[in-house]
Amino acid sequence: MKTPYSAFSLLRGAFNGQKHWEPAWRDPEPRSSYDVIIIGGGGHGLAAAYYLAKVHGIRNVAVLEKSWIGGGNVGRNTTLVRSNYRLPQLHNFFEFGLKLWHNLSDDLNYNVMFSPRGAMFLGHNDGDMIKLAERGDAMRCDGIDAELLSPKQIAKIEPLLDLSRSARFPIDGALIQWRAGTARHDAVAWGYARAADALGVDIIQKCEVTGFVRDGNRITGVETTRGRILAARTGICVAGHSGHVAGLAGLRLPIEAQTLQALVTEGVKPMVQSVIMSQSLHCYISQSDKGGIVMGGDPDNWPSYARRGQPTIKEGAIAQAVSMMPALSRLRMLRTWSGVTDMSFDGAPIIGTTPIDGLYLNAGWCYGGFKATPASGWTYAHTLATGKPHELNAPFSLERFMTGATIDETAVGPMPNHR
Amino acid sequence: MYQIACPHCGPRAQTEFTYERTTDSVVDPAADAHTAMHALYTRANPMGLDDEVWRHTYGCRAWMVLTRHRVTHEITAVKAIGPEALA
Repeated sequence: MKTPYSAFSLLRGAFNGQKHWEPAWRDPEPRSSYDVIIIGGGGHGLAAAYYLAKVHGIRNVAVLEKSWIGGGNVGRNTTLVRSNYRLPQLHNFFEFGLKLWHNLSDDLNYNVMFSPRGAMFLGHNDGDMIKLAERGDAMRCDGIDAELLSPKQIAKIEPLLDLSRSARFPIDGALIQWRAGTARHDAVAWGYARAADALGVDIIQKCEVTGFVRDGNRITGVETTRGRILAARTGICVAGHSGHVAGLAGLRLPIEAQTLQALVTEGVKPMVQSVIMSQSLHCYISQSDKGGIVMGGDPDNWPSYARRGQPTIKEGAIAQAVSMMPALSRLRMLRTWSGVTDMSFDGAPIIGTTPIDGLYLNAGWCYGGFKATPASGWTYAHTLATGKPHELNAPFSLERFMTGATIDETAVGPMPNHR
Repeated sequence: MYQIACPHCGPRAQTEFTYERTTDSVVDPAADAHTAMHALYTRANPMGLDDEVWRHTYGCRAWMVLTRHRVTHEITAVKAIGPEALA
């Protein structure tokens, strides 16, 4: 058993030069077979492995990661956590996750620095305000907190927003979810990895899946750069590379890979208290615990696996942010990054079974995967353990695109590049 | 950002163009329901070359097919399509 992280063990370490700490997870050689293999050591894959071991008692599990854990989208997002969706399938799923977020640091014995500071969507016209009120009503009907704010109330929370009528996008109000907020992205991957490893899960890094072992219509394992590994059940959980990995098994998915960019400014004193988003624009603003202003916007709306984006997309997001909060114009950009997002064809994720026996899929998170990490891991673990979806991920089946039961929050249709 | 050689206008900034879909996902009106849904809702999404329908939206507005690499962004071929291609 690993030394638990606590004030007591920190104090104990003060007397022995803090020499009692061990590596947070092992670096095992892959065994020849497992009960379950999860392809992808990101937040969702590690969370699924943790809940498989903790909730379902399945500990003979391997997480295969082609690079290092947490090097993909869990380390490349804007760390927002919220459940303020209009459609019940979505808000019930994300609300289940939000409840897990609120207790996650205790559960994992790892500080994920979850900070429920409130997330608000600004409305800029009557149409926006009607949509926000509808969304808030839909959420409250399912017991999820949502509150409409007047410009006066907004000014008390975010005094630096331009609330004048002469603003480029005048602000008529907002919908706030107080229990939403941000978390420390890397800590989520590391916390799940450490907790899963302690329960016996093998986390195997630098192990790329290059093909599947097939027996008729059943997947019985994977070929990797570290040899063949067999498993009764194999779960794909590779975010932006879902199309590529599913392609190795001969599956075509309702997913197209796109680049999503974000950026952070130099650190400054507290100036953004909550998470600010907009109903009409596509730009989100929050302040990290280090003081940097984190911003993001639209994906580059054409397919790419390159992990490098166009400056014009960043420029658009920054222009929107500055128009809403003019003080941001004085800040210098410190760093930008990009990730490969798996844009699904209705904007909602896919978690469930596939037409191939023994192969399961967790994909299609578009630009909203980070907040889903605990709920995605929980429901995927249920699906991998029982072979059937949990009631929360049952609506997110792969078949829904063929049966017409899509979950299209923004009503865009099958055009991921217009989302 | 890079340039795309429009068959009608020559090399222009990529921001003038919009991506539509891959050529294999253009739905044939005569196709049966299963084939049409498959074309509409699934993609090969390769980490390599694919044939894509693009439009010079903020230029001559003509459609074209790009053979483009999705990791390097290299464009190996541009082909005009539609009535303009026949002119």
